[in-house]
Amino acid sequence: MSERRAGEDILRVEGLRVEVRTDRGPGPVLVDDVSFSLRRGEVIGLIGESGAGKSTIGLTALGYTRNGCFITGGRIDFEGRDIRQMSAAERRALRGPGVAYIAQSAAASFNPAMTLFEQICEIPVLHGVMAAAEAKTEAIRLFRELDLPEPEKFGNRYPHQVSGGQLQRAMAAMAMAARPDILVFDEPTTALDVTTQVEVLAAFRTLIREHRTAAIYITHDLAVVAQIADHIMVLRFGKMVEYGPAAQILAAPREDYTRRLVADRVAGHDFRALRTVGEPPLLRVSNVVASYRSLLRVIDDVSVEVSRGDTVAVVGESGSGKSTLARVIIGLLPRESGDIRFRGESLPPQLARRSKDQLRRIQMIYQMPDVALNPNQTLLEIIGRPVQFYFGRPRAEVRARVLELLRMMDLPEAFIARKPAELSGGQKQRVGIARALAAEPDLIICDEVTSALDQLVGEEILRLLKRLQDELGIAYLFITHDLGTVRRIANKVAVMLKGRLVAGGDTATVFAPPYHPYTELLLSSVPEMRRDWLDEVLARRGETLKAVRDAQIRLAS
Amino acid sequence: MLRLIAQRLGLGLLTLLAASVLIFAGTEILPGDLASAVLQNTATPESLAEMRKELGLDRPAAVRYVEWLGNAAVGDFGRSLASHRDVVEEIAPRLRNTLFLASYAALVAVPLAVALGLMAAIWQGGVYDRAVNFVTLLTISVPEYLVGYILIKYLSVHLGWFPSLANVTPDTPLVQRIGLTFLPMLTLVLVVVAHMMRMTRASVLQIMASPYIEMAFLKGLPKWRVVVRHAFPNALAPIINVIALDLAYLIVGVVIVEAVFVYPGLGQLMVDAVSKHDVPVVQACGLIFAGAFILLNLIADMAAILSNPRLRHPR
Amino acid sequence: MRLFGHRVPLTALIGLAIIAINVVAAVGAPLIAPYDQAAVLGDAWADPTPQYVLGLDDLGRDLFSRLIYGARMSIGLAFVVTCLSFAIGIVTGFAGAVLRGWVDMLLSRIVDLLLSMPTLIFAFIVLSVLGTALPVLIVTIAILDSTKVFRLARALAMNIAALEYVEVARVRGEGLWWVIRREIFPNAVAPLVAEFGLRFSFAFLFIAALSFLGLGVQPPAADWGSMVRDYRDMINLDAMAPLYPAGAIAILTIGVNFVVDWMLAVHSRGHGEGA
Repeated sequence: MSERRAGEDILRVEGLRVEVRTDRGPGPVLVDDVSFSLRRGEVIGLIGESGAGKSTIGLTALGYTRNGCFITGGRIDFEGRDIRQMSAAERRALRGPGVAYIAQSAAASFNPAMTLFEQICEIPVLHGVMAAAEAKTEAIRLFRELDLPEPEKFGNRYPHQVSGGQLQRAMAAMAMAARPDILVFDEPTTALDVTTQVEVLAAFRTLIREHRTAAIYITHDLAVVAQIADHIMVLRFGKMVEYGPAAQILAAPREDYTRRLVADRVAGHDFRALRTVGEPPLLRVSNVVASYRSLLRVIDDVSVEVSRGDTVAVVGESGSGKSTLARVIIGLLPRESGDIRFRGESLPPQLARRSKDQLRRIQMIYQMPDVALNPNQTLLEIIGRPVQFYFGRPRAEVRARVLELLRMMDLPEAFIARKPAELSGGQKQRVGIARALAAEPDLIICDEVTSALDQLVGEEILRLLKRLQDELGIAYLFITHDLGTVRRIANKVAVMLKGRLVAGGDTATVFAPPYHPYTELLLSSVPEMRRDWLDEVLARRGETLKAVRDAQIRLAS
Repeated sequence: MLRLIAQRLGLGLLTLLAASVLIFAGTEILPGDLASAVLQNTATPESLAEMRKELGLDRPAAVRYVEWLGNAAVGDFGRSLASHRDVVEEIAPRLRNTLFLASYAALVAVPLAVALGLMAAIWQGGVYDRAVNFVTLLTISVPEYLVGYILIKYLSVHLGWFPSLANVTPDTPLVQRIGLTFLPMLTLVLVVVAHMMRMTRASVLQIMASPYIEMAFLKGLPKWRVVVRHAFPNALAPIINVIALDLAYLIVGVVIVEAVFVYPGLGQLMVDAVSKHDVPVVQACGLIFAGAFILLNLIADMAAILSNPRLRHPR
Repeated sequence: MRLFGHRVPLTALIGLAIIAINVVAAVGAPLIAPYDQAAVLGDAWADPTPQYVLGLDDLGRDLFSRLIYGARMSIGLAFVVTCLSFAIGIVTGFAGAVLRGWVDMLLSRIVDLLLSMPTLIFAFIVLSVLGTALPVLIVTIAILDSTKVFRLARALAMNIAALEYVEVARVRGEGLWWVIRREIFPNAVAPLVAEFGLRFSFAFLFIAALSFLGLGVQPPAADWGSMVRDYRDMINLDAMAPLYPAGAIAILTIGVNFVVDWMLAVHSRGHGEGA
């Protein structure tokens, strides 16, 4: 594309409207009256919860809408020309050299049957921007820029031969292949582990800055966008809530919705419980070892204690064994050695050996409320069954108890006859909590209970759990990867790495210096709202990573 | 990957062996044994015992099975109980006829079905797609003999274009053979194309809906490139899979179509043998049909393995 | 029109109507058929008259009446076979999925073995020895067909058993029977009902095919398949006779497939992303 003076608008979107149209007439409006502009070298962050229309807007910049969606209003000017008026051939010429796209899941977006070189080089070659040899040299240069291993040979690999973080960066290389003017990033780090996210984010930022490429950065995480965007647009239900310079949105949001998003992320509520002293612990997990099919050891010598009224968080990245620990405690995966004592007595390893009372006193809430509730049962059956099963109450009392629990969950009583499909995600999670409470447990294990929910909905669930703890004195064991939440809700924490416990104790102690190196790595990887956060992290990154490696070697030996 | 292929081949052989056990067990060990099957109502206890001895049925079944399989492996299936001719001699010309008809039908059906399926996938949701979807839903449900008799009534009896009987002999020249077997071929094609086409369409659409195809379009690649370079290699395995499985179905179709057109094939022979309780012929035919079925399933399996990049390029 | 809260497309309505008409004909054959199926009323192959709407057959019997009685045989047989095949398939499939271990291994290997040959060929082998008495026919086809039901029921139960709500019930301490009855089975019903339709049309076509080949229903009893066989020579004389029973077979199968298609679509929509 032609070189132009920096500072001129390269993309200008005005009054954009996107609707779903089906055979049976118009459907919902996905994007309604959205306007923004983008200059060369500038980054705009689109932020919002699911259903906000962020991805839809991002795709329209490429003149693309998903099946059944249509742009029904407004203009999208790329270098002064309306994309909507372009012919199919012109639009095709735009995609790649003009605007390029980086998707959330690189694993799904790369063709499994082609090598990375083939998929990257075909763009500049087919668009006539470069010859094949030149395209390959360019790809290798991009690989090097993106810190990918063995840049010369990296492109000969197939997508499945490359790790998730590397593949995400390879997709950035693919997008840059034809030197586009605009990059559209669609939640590019959401699927990654928090420690991987930092490197990928840094690589993206360097890329944009070096090439002075304009970018649309789509995410649900304000802290991520704070590191990379010059302007931020907050979206909700397809409409603009607030649009302005990043510094202003983060420091002095005008709209109430934005304020809530920012406030929860920055400070949030302190949910930490005060620990009751003197009592023996409710649950004591000591030196537990467990493995799948007695081959792969997933939990190795782990000890955790939970007292009445405690909130204990078990944190770690995917594959750390934190969810397995929950399954071992609950008895779904029998431990091989070690002991689990609950209320002073040892719990049998197998589920089948446990007494009804032992089962009742430990309940669990799941990550995906969709699969945790039987779609064929009404809420009366779902919540009422534990009441009937554990306490053998007559039907009328069961019903009264379910109604009481619904009220506690702030759910309307009329929901008693509904089935899960008629509920929203947050409401389903409340039903999951009500079902756990129906057993009147001492301990509830919460397995990533907010990670499938939108930020504000998840926040409400946390608030509800806190209120229940204050009222009923239940202890929580929180399995989570979200350290931001842990800091606010847990009075004790256990940090897991590859099946082992690397740090544990009071949150205040574990999360304060001197840290265990891995705790430091995790903590430092959680994006913060401060705009210079990423630079600070990167400055210390090398040291932290080296310390973790040393610690791992010590653990292994 | 080579190990995986070898494994599948081994599994195929094992399946064939299992099928042979089943065929043998089915015909020899079931309550009504061969002797009573041969003698039917005329059986007296004495004649039965004599017949058992004559057929060697007084020896243990396992011994007889090994003997039968060993003989079958070197191409000896014994003698027909009905015609007293060598079973292989009886079968050979029939098998040739059936293979001819089946390949004739496959040769027409496969390209036709793939082309129609691709067209339906490309114009997904359009008038052509809907029409084809409706028509194939109808034809999938129609039995072979209805198609066959309708073709006979209109193309043969009314218009006189094709003969209604496919009475070929071993010395019928090829050109004449193609004409004589045109209606049986057409019947088979009509029956098998519908399913093959629907499955082709479904596999292509499934590939076209994957994120990497959307990505290819977002890269600004021309449609031909997306289809030829990105979609087709990935769709090939499921399509081959579908074709192989549908051809396995053709085996059953052949038996019925042969009956409709009184075509001297293996299916007709087997049906006759079944009604005459001619066990050696039933066994031989059964083994051949089972072998073809297993081979086609094996091909379907292999296609899936060979086209899976994860297996072709391990980490 | 709506049924159980779902919009019913035209094809499904047609399918339901076809099934209803056939079932009525099968159940009420003696009341509906104008003549007895065995009554000889005139010359062989007499042309249709207002009295004998489809004419007379090779023995001078009323074709229309025989068609109605044929429905009884064809549909009744297929129904019995399908019910039996479902009983076997669901029990073994669920047992395999829930009990796992050697039970599952054994059942799965037996099914693999039965599926190593085309069903028709397998049936030939059994019938060549056991003859073609009706009970033999029913049990043979039901067992062969139950392999498909087994696979579906097992896969369904396995998939559902892996879901968290089943885990919740197990962790609660519920017994095996309760888990199967209340958590797994209700969620497997919809696909199993659709499968029942598919299996029915398969058994129906299969029996008809055997009868057409002379290896199914034997005279004097007659189903549609054997009627096609009895009348087939007339096609060369340009008569419609074999096309009536063959057409009846096709129409009922189409009707069942229309309904199954709709049920599968409803089912996949209920569980899909709502695209």
